[in-house]
Amino acid sequence: MTIDERYDVAVVGAGAAGLAAASECARAGVATLLLDEQPSPGGQIYRSITTTPLADRRVLGSDYWYGEALVREFERAGAAYAPRSTVWAVTPEGGGFEAGVSSDGAARLVAVKRVILATGALERPFPIPGWTLPGVMMAGAAQILLKSSGLLPRGRIVLAGSGPLLYLLAAQLVRTDTRIERLLDTTPPARWRVAARHAFAFAVSPYLAKGLGLLREARRAARIVEHVEHLEALGDRRLSRVRYMAKGRSEEIIADLLLLHQGVVPNINLASAIGCAQRWDASQLAFIPVVDEWGASSVPGVSIAGDGAGIAGARAAEARGRLAGLHAACALGRLDPAERDRRARTSRSELARQARGRAFIDTLYRPAEPLRLPQGDTIVCRCEEITARQILDTVKLGCIGPNQMKSFLRCGMGPCQGRFCGLTVTELIAKARGVPPAEVGYYRLRFPVKPVTLGEIAALPQTEASVQAVARLAKSED
Amino acid sequence: MFARRPEAGPSNVAVTIDGQPSMARAGDSVAAAMLAAGLLACRTTPVSGAERGPFCMMGVCFDCLVTIDGNPNRQACLVAVRAGMRIERQSGPAAIPVEGEPSA
Amino acid sequence: MSGFVATADAIVVGGGLHGCSAALHLARAGVRAIVLEKNYVGRHASGVNAGGVRTLSRHEAEVPLALAALDMWYAIGELVDDDCGFESNGQVRIAEDERDAAALKAREARMRGLGYAHERWIDAAELLARVPAIAPHCLGGLLAERDGAADPYRTTAAFRRKAEALGQRIHEGVRVERVQRVGNAWSVATDQGAFGARALVNCAGAWADRICAALGEPVPLEPIAPMMMVTLRLPPFLQPVVLGAARPLSFKQTGAGTVLIGGGRRARVDRDAETTKLDFRELAASARTVCDLFPIMRSAVVNRAWAGIEARMPDDIPVISRSSTTRDAYHAFGFSAHGFELGPIVGRIVAELVTTGGTPLPIAPFAIERFGPR
Repeated sequence: MTIDERYDVAVVGAGAAGLAAASECARAGVATLLLDEQPSPGGQIYRSITTTPLADRRVLGSDYWYGEALVREFERAGAAYAPRSTVWAVTPEGGGFEAGVSSDGAARLVAVKRVILATGALERPFPIPGWTLPGVMMAGAAQILLKSSGLLPRGRIVLAGSGPLLYLLAAQLVRTDTRIERLLDTTPPARWRVAARHAFAFAVSPYLAKGLGLLREARRAARIVEHVEHLEALGDRRLSRVRYMAKGRSEEIIADLLLLHQGVVPNINLASAIGCAQRWDASQLAFIPVVDEWGASSVPGVSIAGDGAGIAGARAAEARGRLAGLHAACALGRLDPAERDRRARTSRSELARQARGRAFIDTLYRPAEPLRLPQGDTIVCRCEEITARQILDTVKLGCIGPNQMKSFLRCGMGPCQGRFCGLTVTELIAKARGVPPAEVGYYRLRFPVKPVTLGEIAALPQTEASVQAVARLAKSED
Repeated sequence: MFARRPEAGPSNVAVTIDGQPSMARAGDSVAAAMLAAGLLACRTTPVSGAERGPFCMMGVCFDCLVTIDGNPNRQACLVAVRAGMRIERQSGPAAIPVEGEPSA
Repeated sequence: MSGFVATADAIVVGGGLHGCSAALHLARAGVRAIVLEKNYVGRHASGVNAGGVRTLSRHEAEVPLALAALDMWYAIGELVDDDCGFESNGQVRIAEDERDAAALKAREARMRGLGYAHERWIDAAELLARVPAIAPHCLGGLLAERDGAADPYRTTAAFRRKAEALGQRIHEGVRVERVQRVGNAWSVATDQGAFGARALVNCAGAWADRICAALGEPVPLEPIAPMMMVTLRLPPFLQPVVLGAARPLSFKQTGAGTVLIGGGRRARVDRDAETTKLDFRELAASARTVCDLFPIMRSAVVNRAWAGIEARMPDDIPVISRSSTTRDAYHAFGFSAHGFELGPIVGRIVAELVTTGGTPLPIAPFAIERFGPR
């Protein structure tokens, strides 16, 4: 696909929020470009919705298939769509922005006036001993394999963790006659009581019926062990056993595949590198970008929609996407504020509806501290293979934050740029120092937020000055 | 460890993995194709030589790095298989292609 | 002196490499010092530069200092109880065409004429032997065999730790707001209270001109942010640090296998906000130079780019001198993107100035007076 040199709005991410935002923009007459890494739209929740081989809709369920309508709406709206395109930078340029994009292996710069980030969420790190062994994957990975490729896990499968996605996966596996060895539920026992504070809101929310139904399904095919406190993946070169502790008893089972999940957190790398302010959210246990009711971030012209602005699920993401799109269209003069507000009404009430019950889910499925904060030789930074012990020893040497930790240990300097270690490192340092995570902060993120080859960067257009200038020896640099 | 649903259709895209022919399904990512072929590990790490395989399948963990058509450190979960594709598992830091230019 | 948070013989403003080196050498000279650092030690240029330990291609005025510093690098472990990741595989500046070659050979002749033998022209064959991955069109280079590279953050942290071990106090998160003479001493007001000392040392990097202005000796300091890129790890293929000749480039492979690409192209900098904004068109020029010199790098994956905030003086050499207006004040700043290697020696020079008023090394070219009459 040919990407033009300029658009009014770039929307990054073709999930629920991105599709909705791009649709609203384009319908209002805004020249819109939707960029996404994947070859087809849908983000993660609606992954492969236009290409999935799972034609029997009962397998993935009606919540998934709802996404079809979003894609159809987008296709009719008149926006440009760039699949297989990774946005690795967004820099201010000429009153607007320039997006650095890698599309089909070639990098280019696209000029836009406004940016809507809809980069969604990723699964929270789940740092247990052995979590780097082949045979251990995130539950979302198994779900993607199912949706995109019709691949089912086989052998002795163990699901472990807590949260709606885990139970959804269990239910989907059940529907495909996949036998699950165990579902190890790490939701702590006291949690129901704490969550009960929010029970009324939950009971009148969309989540209740859905949640109970999923649990019932999952129970049918898996032996569920509740209140699992300790988890270990064991094996030499490959996963071969899973050890866990529940109700004071230790158990070890043979396993071929361990699928982990303890919630999702916003994918903040691009927003953060752009300079959007973040805040620590103690109930979601994550850093969340600061946005207003239209999704506008602390950087003028940059909005954030969907789970990337705080976890609230697919329907809320769609609503926030619409609000961000309408806001952008209004800011560009295509909609007057009254029209923007009128079009926003349905999304606002949907957002309120989806927010009800969220506190219950967040409280109930808040991941247990021992499973968030590893000890000893458990790897924290997967890329650089840095352990919890190394991090804590470095704190004792006077390293007070994640950025110094990067310099001391290379922790967070690997290709994932902190996506799978950042929250763990922040919380480990906070706990060791006895200060709140907000005070410790997060990795300082820089472009490119996704790796780009040197050859691609070399092919970007250069400034006139650097083409002409040839620094002579007298003005040697470095 | 992974089996294919029958409705997924045939696997008729010919690729090579470490020089060995393998049939992949059109539309699969390289990571999915490798898992379908029974390979749980796709590389060893530059730090310790430990084996790693695809972990998140959504492009954020960077554990699925492989060399594709001579281009090192490609995220296998983000690249779709193509007929004739040469997929190579990486050992430690990815080797630099020796001769000529890597094909795009 | 009352009302002070702390007092010492000397206050060093700036906890970068030069500030920590000054503190260390002051300790060795028996001078108690307090370092005031507004962020954390090594936060800016000191912690994120290319780490080049370079005598090659220095401005003539810097050569004696650089050569003296290099000897200190070879004994760095004894100085700071840490090898700082120092490796010496040489540095070489590449000649891509005849014009480059002529310029580099002329440079070698000039250095020899001045009595320096540390730079040597090498021909294409020797270049290829030392840098097998270099593009075949390169004609040779200017080599400084004893040069090398080190880890900038680790080095700065080591100087800090050693200074503290010798009794100096480093105060982080303390931002200097005002400096003034009170009687025969200095009172330095900060956001955490006032500090007092007999001597004031200005190692404030990209913010050093503010202290100069307060002393009535303003300087035309330009904050700059040279950009760097780093790649994912590659198998070892490069030993020396490679510099471009006509085209600015600095290119080295670390012990971990990552490749660091610098070369002075600049990001946009806001020194008050302490932020930098990368310019990818400028980085494209660096990338193109690398790919032209090392074709295998085309498929190397860039994992991160950044820019440290540094101070540049218009003549590209630092200010190292006593104050021209006020007694008991000393300056060491403005290293114009090549101060790292000089770190060990500059601290020693500062200590000599503070304790004896002079130094055996030729620092006249670095006098603050060169920026105008007072």
